[in-house]
Amino acid sequence: MKEPFERVVSEHGPTVLRVCRATLGPMDADDAWSETFLAALRAWPDLPEEANVRAWLVTIAHRKAIDVHRATGRRAVPVDAVPEPRGPGPQRPEDALADGRLWQALADLPPKQRQCVAYHHVAGLPYVEVAAVVGGTEAAARRAAADGIAALRRTYLAREDVSSHA
Amino acid sequence: MPDFTELLPAGFDPSSFGPGEVPKGLRERLVARATAEHSLDVVYRVVDSPVGSLLLAATEAGLVRVAYAAQGHDSVLADLARRIGPRVLRTAAGLDEVVGQLDAYFAGSRSSVDVPLDLRLAHGFRRQVLDHLRAIPAGRTETYAEVARSAGSPRAVRAVGSACASNPVPIVVPCHRVVRTDGSMGGYVGGSEAKAWLLAREAAA
Repeated sequence: MKEPFERVVSEHGPTVLRVCRATLGPMDADDAWSETFLAALRAWPDLPEEANVRAWLVTIAHRKAIDVHRATGRRAVPVDAVPEPRGPGPQRPEDALADGRLWQALADLPPKQRQCVAYHHVAGLPYVEVAAVVGGTEAAARRAAADGIAALRRTYLAREDVSSHA
Repeated sequence: MPDFTELLPAGFDPSSFGPGEVPKGLRERLVARATAEHSLDVVYRVVDSPVGSLLLAATEAGLVRVAYAAQGHDSVLADLARRIGPRVLRTAAGLDEVVGQLDAYFAGSRSSVDVPLDLRLAHGFRRQVLDHLRAIPAGRTETYAEVARSAGSPRAVRAVGSACASNPVPIVVPCHRVVRTDGSMGGYVGGSEAKAWLLAREAAA
């Protein structure tokens, strides 16, 4: 028996929103999230009981992110367009700045690395499921995520060091 | 395996990618779009009231369920998913017509809640009883025996009791206006305290 879809939204909604933000940046994430959950709602009655709901949602989010990406034609999120962080949590200016640099560092990654980083490190999917979402082998997904992390270490943490000494 | 969170500045964690909860506006937008394209089986809202937290659930046809906290909102939602459909979403701002009327009713400025109803969860004799209950005006009560007679089955007094106990939309279909022949209040799906509150409120109006 299917549980009410609301349970899916409350359990996985925040994770999927983070994934959308990590793959698309904060500007387009809301649209991708809405499209993902609207599509998931429609398909919910027919999803097999044994399905992995989170992997299923990330798969839908992956396709929707591609659609949003095509629609907007944006590759990178300009740093000056990053909105204030929303919701609870620290709202100090330096946090907003760190947030903006993080988006920029992610946006600079090749799409596949960015996706593998998001689906493994933000969504928590094992690499075998990441590979099923992005295509290719498990080893390739693992390598793309590792390359992405290495690139983020170089770009994002380097900038962090510079700014902390400024 | 490198941990992505190591990349983040001190004090940051994966919530750097967004709040721990989905923003309200985004959730309401999902409800609005799903409603507009007829993708929802049930939309519900939980409100506070003088008789405790109430779950209000509606289909496209109308209000389908009102549930007291004592009935277990989670199990009521699971039951709705099973009997009507699992495409169920919560709204924080929708169902404003029924919420507004309920507020006015609790405040004493309305004698009843008059919204479109979806009584698909009540069948047969129970449905007949509910139809009759809707005709009992606020400030009046009937006994279980009287309701049984009006519903055409004078001996079905117990069945009237179970029809009231299984009323899917209490308060709105006023099963609290049915009392025992000896003058005592009788049971109530929301508990006897809630029944007493509702009857006192209607007697005072």
